[in-house]
Amino acid sequence: MDQLIIANRPFRSRLMVGTGKFASNLEMAETIAASGAEIVTVALRRVNIDDSHDDLLNHIDRDKYLLLPNTSGARDADEAIRLARLARAAGCEPWVKLEVTPDPYYLLPDPIETLKATEVLVKDGFTVLPYINADPVLAKHLQEAGAATVMPLGAPIGTNKGIKTRDNIAIIIEQASVPVVVDAGLGAPSHAAEAMEMGADAVMVNTAISVAGDTRMMAAAFAQAVMAGRQAYLAGLGQEQHQASASSPLTGFLRD
Amino acid sequence: MSFCDIIKRYPRQQVMEQIAAASGAEVERALARERITINDLPLLLSPAALPYLEQMAQKANRITKMRFGNIVQLYTPMYLSNECSNGCKYCGFNASNRIPRTTLTLEEIKHEAQLIHDYGFRSILLLTGEHPKLADNKYLVAAVEAIKPLFASISIEVYPMETAGYAQMVAAGVDGLTVYQETYDRQLYAELHPYGKKSDYDWRLQAPDRAGAAGLRRIGIGALLGLGEFASEAFYTGLHAWYLARTYWRSQVSVSFPRIRPANGGFEPLHHISDKQLAQMVCAMRLLIPDAGLFLSTRESAELRDGLMPLGITHMSAGSCTAPGGHSHKEESTEQFTIDDDRTPEQISAVIRAKGFEAVWKDWDSAFLNADVG
Repeated sequence: MDQLIIANRPFRSRLMVGTGKFASNLEMAETIAASGAEIVTVALRRVNIDDSHDDLLNHIDRDKYLLLPNTSGARDADEAIRLARLARAAGCEPWVKLEVTPDPYYLLPDPIETLKATEVLVKDGFTVLPYINADPVLAKHLQEAGAATVMPLGAPIGTNKGIKTRDNIAIIIEQASVPVVVDAGLGAPSHAAEAMEMGADAVMVNTAISVAGDTRMMAAAFAQAVMAGRQAYLAGLGQEQHQASASSPLTGFLRD
Repeated sequence: MSFCDIIKRYPRQQVMEQIAAASGAEVERALARERITINDLPLLLSPAALPYLEQMAQKANRITKMRFGNIVQLYTPMYLSNECSNGCKYCGFNASNRIPRTTLTLEEIKHEAQLIHDYGFRSILLLTGEHPKLADNKYLVAAVEAIKPLFASISIEVYPMETAGYAQMVAAGVDGLTVYQETYDRQLYAELHPYGKKSDYDWRLQAPDRAGAAGLRRIGIGALLGLGEFASEAFYTGLHAWYLARTYWRSQVSVSFPRIRPANGGFEPLHHISDKQLAQMVCAMRLLIPDAGLFLSTRESAELRDGLMPLGITHMSAGSCTAPGGHSHKEESTEQFTIDDDRTPEQISAVIRAKGFEAVWKDWDSAFLNADVG
């Protein structure tokens, strides 16, 4: 059985979805169900994490989904660490999607502060899933610091542009010893399938689903694309040919 | 987490079945990929891949040119001691063998090093057996410090150490480590290493992990070819290198391909490894890890070494002698094994040039490690 395993915890679905930008919380809940996702992110700045009557949180069945709080809005490591601890204190599982985005325009992740926060949170017992630019060396540093996954962006968040960082993501996938989750920029199911065909372990999608004409149908479409891409990867794609051009033989001299 | 945890995920029986079941079509699919994965490795090492050896060689040649250029780096080994408390059945230094035992003094080391330096070498590999009293960490540090002014790069191939020991070596000026697992087959390992510290399989298997943790810049591994079954040994060697390259990502991983040679004690290889299989393994390692150093020593014949050069070999030894003090006293027979390619360093570098490669004598500088410089 092909499972996604993060920090020793198995998941059947390789699609993670976000909870932002939906027209209503009911629509959000139904869309999440249609996506088949088991990991659902929520921005701590959007909810009253310690309020049992919070409407958004009450629409997410925590027996069914792993609620993954994100630190979106944090501008440095200290802010992100505070938010993560707040969520844990409020009863969330000690998992955090770490987002440190000092630039309010493209919301690009700050590599230095992200690494700092990861080091602190891992020591503090958190399972840390950092959102990063597609930087293979940063991915290595984070892995060494104990990150449970790395989540490189395909394109700036919310842009729907697809995998613009393809070559660097390929290097991260090639070198990583933790799951690689392609996050941000995936605007169409075909983008998600492409990431999975490349060998990504999972993808994270929010905007492309939450602003679709029919969010439930789009969620199902992403779910199928993720499965199709994963199956194609496992099946072994018929690759473009990289065969050698005929040249002088290199092995003629060898004996049995 | 160490390689001991990783190797458990690839049970021997399963790996051997995968290798046996490989088909030509699967090999073709793997070869068509831009990069092969660890799951493709059993295919490329299988008998089914032998008919595709020329395609593998062309691809390995192309990748090596792209990553390394047309170069071969030259180094030479220098044996410091043949004292040993291990009983490795295939080794000339086996504690049960009655041979003259020597441990070079610092003066002898300097003399020997000067001769090697005068041949033109700036990369040297220091070797010892495993004798905790006669050749220990302190002895090695003294040896390294004594020869440091002569060499740009100093590597060691000695007994496995604790992480702190490796850190001590780095501080002294060592930048590379070679440690062969000999065989990845745990049961066979136990039979071949009946006594001595080396009988501890896991301690040896984790030595590259400890070296990586201590910050050694180059980590070399290998299986002694001819001990275990070929394809599975080659697979575990590749798996080990692949794991090390990912985990200790600041270090360069290298793989050696030592085939058993005649040695004191008269050990016969348990498996015949053909020249074609050796070439197959070289190519498979290159396809798996494009940036790995691939070492071929003077164990192999001049003809084979020259022929394998374009298939992905990046490092070759030359002018080798496997006895302590062998450059100063050529007549004495206390060698670890008999070499085959006995051409001089000049002859070998001339052949390298004739084949269109550059012979590189120096590709490192001790200033990287020496905080006092500048």
